[in-house]
Amino acid sequence: MLNTVYQLKAARQFEAVFKNVELDDRHVLVRPTHLSICHADQRYYQGTRPEAILRQKLPMALIHEGIGRVVYDPTGTYRIGDEVVMIPNHPSESDDVIAENYLRSTKFCGSSKDGFMQEYVSLLPDRIVLLPEGIDKITAAFTEIVTVSYHAITRFLRFSHERRGEIGVWGDGNLGYITSLLLKKMLPDSRVYIFGVNRNKLSDFSFADDTFLVSQIPEGLQVDHAFECVGSSASAKAIDQIIDCIRPEGAVSLMGVSEDQVPVNTRMVLEKGLCFFGSSRSGRADYEGLMRLYEKNPDIPSYLENIVGTQIKVSSIGDIVKAFESDIHKMIGKTVMIWNE
Amino acid sequence: MGTNVYGVVLAGGIGSRMGNIEKPKQFMEIGGKPIIVHTIEKFVVNPTFERIIVLSPRQWINYTQDVIRKYIPMNSRIDVIQGGETRNETIMNSIRHIEKNYGLDEETIIVTHDSVRPFVTHRILEDNIRFAKEEGACDTVIPATDTIVESADNKQITNIPDRSKMYQGQTPQSFKAKKLQDVYMALTEEEKAILTDACKILVLKGEPVYLVEGEVFNIKITYPHDLRVAESLLGGK
Repeated sequence: MLNTVYQLKAARQFEAVFKNVELDDRHVLVRPTHLSICHADQRYYQGTRPEAILRQKLPMALIHEGIGRVVYDPTGTYRIGDEVVMIPNHPSESDDVIAENYLRSTKFCGSSKDGFMQEYVSLLPDRIVLLPEGIDKITAAFTEIVTVSYHAITRFLRFSHERRGEIGVWGDGNLGYITSLLLKKMLPDSRVYIFGVNRNKLSDFSFADDTFLVSQIPEGLQVDHAFECVGSSASAKAIDQIIDCIRPEGAVSLMGVSEDQVPVNTRMVLEKGLCFFGSSRSGRADYEGLMRLYEKNPDIPSYLENIVGTQIKVSSIGDIVKAFESDIHKMIGKTVMIWNE
Repeated sequence: MGTNVYGVVLAGGIGSRMGNIEKPKQFMEIGGKPIIVHTIEKFVVNPTFERIIVLSPRQWINYTQDVIRKYIPMNSRIDVIQGGETRNETIMNSIRHIEKNYGLDEETIIVTHDSVRPFVTHRILEDNIRFAKEEGACDTVIPATDTIVESADNKQITNIPDRSKMYQGQTPQSFKAKKLQDVYMALTEEEKAILTDACKILVLKGEPVYLVEGEVFNIKITYPHDLRVAESLLGGK
């Protein structure tokens, strides 16, 4: 079948191309219905990634956050019409120690292979996870970023010591919101503090135990552990502040992506005996774990509805551009494309 | 309870415009597969289609069935039947086939599509189904980019219509099947001979036909040149 794939050809320029999809007996076809734009997509769209990377990766279809409907399943795993979330991670091997999202051979939609901006997405059955019935589809569109937070927290539980009375989350954007929300649900006994730069945004974190402007952190405030959800050039300042505020032997989860090298005050990292660990993306186990967490905490998806920014119906390349441009100018919130192309 | 929506893939012609090629044009390959297979697959992966009826010239029915079996493993919803003398007769054959085997009522929808337009998209098919259900009939079009010139005697311009009101017809064309059949059956033989387009039958009888937005790339592979264009559209990284 000639599948229409909407590739980014150059910065701000999309093009429809066609790729042959075999209707074999192993792959399930999913019709995307709701696609959400991530910062990573924007870096390609705006051409802010290094030139050599753009040359190497483009043309490529963007988007790795999305849900859809099963339309064709010769494997019999799903029912036609099932609402599912698509996993953008495509491992080609398995390893007893290294998770699928860290294997260097794994391909990732919208980074090392075409993303979900396609007419149909052809996936192996294990790259699909059923959505809970009745979940708001706009919110479900960005399930992937929620699994990234879930994944980072499960790693945090592995790497951090067990005194988790106070946890700080640096970053008042979408990732900070999602990570702190999940922390509150997964570690209900911990106090979660948010550190941000925008008072308005901080007021959205209604579930947090306290919020602070990074310019006005009270003297003597300390946390046992911290999550960095800032990224870009502001990472350095955030990490510096974390090192100041964290108690000895704390764990720091790095989640923000930066194109530039970030200086770290290693002297204090050594003195305090801190444990820094990185997390990126997520794997099938995280999607399954998150769905279980939703079952136990049905209020999580409704909290996530608060960070839905713009919803844009997309039925042409012009609409795709409109969605990406509108996403650039947003204050907070996810931009979701209701996919009808 | 079925959806009462049927895909009708028209492969009746033998492609005399294709140059010195023996097989009908729908069997030419792009991307390593016959064009008609790509087209049928678009219907197969859309669960709204209860059945997909492929109309073929009589002498190519076996061949059509063979390529479908070879390339499309889940082919149980596909029927291959003989086309008619004209495009409209071919469509009528599909309606009679539905009537005889699956039952026809006022709400039965047919989405008729050229077998040589493999670039049709899910969105175009869905819009066709929706408009046919809600409005009774629709035609897939794109705005005309070239100025259209009319010449009554094929020598001099008699009219240059306003381009903003001109569209180029593509397929699918979709209908409430019973309505189309009723209107067609009421035509005289002379009228049937003149009305080569199914939508035109309805338009001339004052029945509304709505526009569905097509795509520039939803091309009909008619000439050898089109085959090259189609292959180049497939060349994405």
